[in-house]
Amino acid sequence: MPSLGASFGRGGATTFQQDLQNSDCIVIEGSNMAECHPVGFQWVMEAKARGATVIHVDPRFTRTSALADLHVPLRAGSDIVFLGGLINYVLSNDKYFREYVVHYTNGPAILREDFRDTEDLDGVFSGLDPDSRTYDPSTWQYEGMEVQAASGQRDQEYGDTGAGPASTAARGHAMGSGGAAIGGLQPPRDETMQHPRCVFQVLKRHFARYTPEMVQDVCGIPPQLFERVATAVTDNSGRDRTTEFVYAVGWTQHTVGVQYIRTAAILQLLLGNIGRPGGGILALRGHASIQGSTDIPTLFNLLPGYIPMPHAHKDETLDSFLDAESTDKGYWAEMRSYLVSLLKSYWGPAATPENDFCFDYLPRLTGSHSTYETVQSQIDGETKGYFLYGENPAVGSANARRQRLGLSNLDWLVVRDFSLIESATWWQNGPEIESGEMRAEDIGTEVFFLPAAAQTEKDGSFTNTQRMLQWHHQAVEPAGDARSDLWFTYHLGRLIREKLAGSDDEMDRPLLDLTWDYPTSGSQAEPVAEAVLAEINGWDAEGRPLSSYEQLHGDGSTACGCWIYCGVYAGGENQAARRKPASEQDWVANEWGWAWPANRRILYNRASADPDGRPWSERKALVWWDEDSAQWTGHDVPDFAAHTSPWHRPADGARGAEALSGIDPFVMQADGKAWLFAPAGLTDGPLPAHYEPQDSPVDNPLYAQQRSPVRLVTAPRDDNRYQPSGSEPGSDVFPYVTTTYRLTEHHTAGGMSRFLPYLAELQPAMFCEISPELAQERGVEPGGWATIVTARGAIEARVLVTRRISPITVRGRVLHQVGLPYHWGANGLSTGDAANELAHLSLDPNVHIQEVKALACDIRPGRRPRGAARDRLVADYQRRAGITERTGTEQ
Amino acid sequence: MSIRTFLGGWPVMRQATEGDALGRGRAAMSRKTEQLSSRIATADKVVKSVCPYCAVGCGQNVYVSGDKVVQIEGDPDSPVSRGRLCPKGSATLQLTTGCAREYGVLYRRPHGTAWERLELDKAMDMIADRVIKSRREGWQWESGGKRVRRTMGIASLGGATLDNEENYLIKKLFTAMGAIQIENQARI
Amino acid sequence: MSTVFLGDIDPAGRAGHEDHPPRMGFFTDTSVCIGCKACEVACKEWNAIPEDGIDFTGMSYDNTQGLGGSTWRHVAFIEQAKPLAAQVPGVQHPAGEPADLRWLMASDVCKHCTQAACLDVCPTGALFRTEFGTVVVQEDVCNGCGYCVPACPYGVIDQRKDDGRAWKCTLCYDRLGEGLEPACAKACPTESIQYGPLEELRRRATDRVEHLHRNGVTDARLYGEDPHDGVGGAGAFFLLLDEPEAYGLPPDPIVTTRDLPDMWKHVGMAAAALVALAVGAFGAGR
Repeated sequence: MPSLGASFGRGGATTFQQDLQNSDCIVIEGSNMAECHPVGFQWVMEAKARGATVIHVDPRFTRTSALADLHVPLRAGSDIVFLGGLINYVLSNDKYFREYVVHYTNGPAILREDFRDTEDLDGVFSGLDPDSRTYDPSTWQYEGMEVQAASGQRDQEYGDTGAGPASTAARGHAMGSGGAAIGGLQPPRDETMQHPRCVFQVLKRHFARYTPEMVQDVCGIPPQLFERVATAVTDNSGRDRTTEFVYAVGWTQHTVGVQYIRTAAILQLLLGNIGRPGGGILALRGHASIQGSTDIPTLFNLLPGYIPMPHAHKDETLDSFLDAESTDKGYWAEMRSYLVSLLKSYWGPAATPENDFCFDYLPRLTGSHSTYETVQSQIDGETKGYFLYGENPAVGSANARRQRLGLSNLDWLVVRDFSLIESATWWQNGPEIESGEMRAEDIGTEVFFLPAAAQTEKDGSFTNTQRMLQWHHQAVEPAGDARSDLWFTYHLGRLIREKLAGSDDEMDRPLLDLTWDYPTSGSQAEPVAEAVLAEINGWDAEGRPLSSYEQLHGDGSTACGCWIYCGVYAGGENQAARRKPASEQDWVANEWGWAWPANRRILYNRASADPDGRPWSERKALVWWDEDSAQWTGHDVPDFAAHTSPWHRPADGARGAEALSGIDPFVMQADGKAWLFAPAGLTDGPLPAHYEPQDSPVDNPLYAQQRSPVRLVTAPRDDNRYQPSGSEPGSDVFPYVTTTYRLTEHHTAGGMSRFLPYLAELQPAMFCEISPELAQERGVEPGGWATIVTARGAIEARVLVTRRISPITVRGRVLHQVGLPYHWGANGLSTGDAANELAHLSLDPNVHIQEVKALACDIRPGRRPRGAARDRLVADYQRRAGITERTGTEQ
Repeated sequence: MSIRTFLGGWPVMRQATEGDALGRGRAAMSRKTEQLSSRIATADKVVKSVCPYCAVGCGQNVYVSGDKVVQIEGDPDSPVSRGRLCPKGSATLQLTTGCAREYGVLYRRPHGTAWERLELDKAMDMIADRVIKSRREGWQWESGGKRVRRTMGIASLGGATLDNEENYLIKKLFTAMGAIQIENQARI
Repeated sequence: MSTVFLGDIDPAGRAGHEDHPPRMGFFTDTSVCIGCKACEVACKEWNAIPEDGIDFTGMSYDNTQGLGGSTWRHVAFIEQAKPLAAQVPGVQHPAGEPADLRWLMASDVCKHCTQAACLDVCPTGALFRTEFGTVVVQEDVCNGCGYCVPACPYGVIDQRKDDGRAWKCTLCYDRLGEGLEPACAKACPTESIQYGPLEELRRRATDRVEHLHRNGVTDARLYGEDPHDGVGGAGAFFLLLDEPEAYGLPPDPIVTTRDLPDMWKHVGMAAAALVALAVGAFGAGR
């Protein structure tokens, strides 16, 4: 979550679910919490019972809206205007928390003279290179600051979008934990925030046109409804009250998704709601350990603990990498300690100071290698082998057809899952088999289906949405051939190393030098998961478990597999397995599981106290400076050096954590402050600006720039056509907006739900949700069938007509929206077409996420054509809309 | 059998003797009903676990009898979930022990039209061979004149449903193999 | 209507359970239901109930449709063009015009009536009154005669097609004895389903209605809590936000066997005669 990382310093939720009960106002937007996180929603209900106002902003009236005080329907894809409108309301009505903003944010910091805003350049920021379609962010810096160390200023190549000196496409996500680096000097500040080039004034000008009228025009939200939200949020923020924002993939899955979250971060900072009880931004994630899988990443651009994967450079060494990547101030200054300790845990005794601790063993990136580039590489025949670990891209990924084309062109595929998901059987019954386009006999992919073990059949830890690791214990051994992924990966590595033993080929050295001697137990020789956890936690030269990342060294004397998890095995005890009952703890429950970093539950909680270290109010006290003991104390673990007093000011020349002052609550940031304006770390702008989705039926009224100028589009391909936008000819062929989502009764692409009788019967079929007005307009029968069409595909769905879907008035015209849950595929007990057949591959440039939350479409009555006629229907739509390979690819 | 035993179990007698004149309560209870006990009370052990679906992280108690999981319910001790579960979490028993699970390795040969059975050890050996081969075929020492030391021959997708320890081993092994195309649901 | 109803009687005591625990029941507060259906699944998992049809209805999110032999909890979804107190739904029908909308959700279940007609008519003793005052079918006794099915004023109890026997909510009788709460109540994420001593639940429910009324939810009312209603009060009662009919519940349920009490006094005598006969027969056989 690079937007949270760039704004605050770490890419995790700033707070935890139970803290919702302390909120005075909860805004759920980009999330359908009651449906997708029902048990977490109990804390919203708890707040409501205590008198909190609950607001749900969503295109649909959902089960969350049904329990909210206020439901605000808006056009899918317009949230930045709505949130920007709130920012403008706060700024123009002097509703911001001045003391908080002055002391804890970069509002007073002064920017360079040559920075140009979207207001100046009609929708783009200074530094745009139209040829490479990337930004050179150097003009976004503070005045007088060196830009040499700015994150992402690296000369990497970048695939289809071309190479540029400032290309940062694969780098934004590296800000998951660390703030972007900005060099060693403090920026000039104007504490009165009057300087025309200070961040605060730039912000004011930037959002000045995000008025209630603009919100109405773009989002379809009437001014009086907007006013109610603005009043609720501002009335419930300040010294004595806090507002919390809750989001999920309704915000992230856009070509400007990262900037959605940035807009909320700016608003929450202006209102003084970060680091305080009942405040913050709660990111609700959708898989049991999706936070864990970014912390300890199975991601191409990261190493554990948000250390960036190195890109290819001439003569790069460990030193030059660290010079470029680490900061001078804050905890990222210690990156050498984190990285060297990681290399020691990978390569053990083979990693020595003389060989740069095997830094050269790390493979190098050249641009983006995300799943969508990987699919292209499969289609091109470069990538020949593929592992799927509990993921179902044949129906679960955007433009699912491309995924299946990739699978069909492999040499071999390993699928590890509970059941025969569509990604294991596409060669038998995929849509291309049905249409006759492909035959099983022609597909050369060798497929291994290996049954996976369930969480009840293995030890291990999940990291939940609030960064908390919880251990699950093995209850029984898996039956038959079912095995854990720990077992599979360990034994696969063991076999490969055995087969390569004795090789003197240099390419095999990293494998043969790898530390890979985990103890096993039981009849199945299951690796001991706790031994792996101990390696993740790290140990010193004598093998003693470490208790804090502050104990890590860059000289090779410590090993640590993931520095932010250091402490989870403190004292040789599995802290993730702690289960002191809630009834025996206070509301923070610090002795249940273990949260990174350092078991802190609310991040940046230094900001819950005023500059002098006193709680802003008794009602909102969390941590505070205790004069008697000369340390920070409180209900939570202080997210601050325990003995650094509020009045501490660093000496000249101090670096790292020593360079943080007593009023720098954002300890990962290179300046210790939260960023209203992001001078580095994001690829698509230092401030959020509204751009229309890739496929949109309306024009952008704010700027001449219709879509994000730096969004990622694929090279022209027949199977990924984009649509005309706004008032372009042919746009009216796709007059409606569709958005995809989950239901309570199913899980993601359905692999863990559609196959279960008890869940399948609750939502038995793929369906669409439309308003009575749209049903009438298109002659669609309630309870019958409808076909939904985009330039990529046509799917059919049962029809649920409901007044919960509201027509909205946008830019003077009535716009209808179509709701599409995306859980389905051909297999299992509850079946249907996959919504992902409709989606295109145009991605957010920071995180390479697909835009499936706002697409333009058409809907027609009846079932879709079968066989080849389905493709002809889509081709006919493309022809009517005048779509070519260039459509929608312009800047 | 004594007459008392015989009559004692007879509903009519029980109606008369047990204050259940209408025979719709105590007297109507069958032997099975009287001996009823819950399968969680008779379980051999309770194992602490975490729900495998979304990221709320609800605590679960897994009840085991013999070598079988017999029930999964919310853990009331959890400060996050307080013992509650959603419909998916409540279906964890069916997910983990139900009819949808496959327990045998399946193999589809190139251009094949049906699944075949395969021994697990054999499958692991075959996969290891294929990894070594594809790794080598896709190997690059340099790209664009810069050292990359990597393979483009192998890719991996998935991880958000896995344990941290599993993701750690995957990233470690694949990085040592030189594979960079490692992705998961975090941005899907 | 003649008043044959006994009000707040002690059903467990009348059924021969001496020193029985307090009467236990459900209070389902639909004003906090989020329609997640955890109750439906938790019930099925605990009681090993078969799947009950995989059919799309197109009626809001209700694909379960109703209680039956293989569905012992059912969440109803009711979309209405009505306001819910001060809630602002934001929707516009037609475009631009604010419209009223509320989405009611309610988890229905067997009412465990004080005067349970199903139990009254059961000829085999399969249905019985437990020491907790609840009404349970004994699957080892039920012979599938089906008399209970039309007797239920709520249409709750039903036969399963495959085995013919009658099934319904047992209020997790096998859990209560061990101090456990029923599976549905335990799972419920928002405490919409509350389990406990009926008297305490009634107090809690009354307080809740008053609280809602004070907060403008004037539609809030209780259903089935009154011991003087047509079934002598339900062991499982509800807080509703509309007339019972809106939820598919009968507005004024009457125990279908209301004339039976007059006959009960004869039953005791008949039983005594049967015992005498039986003893005679037993003795004669020796």
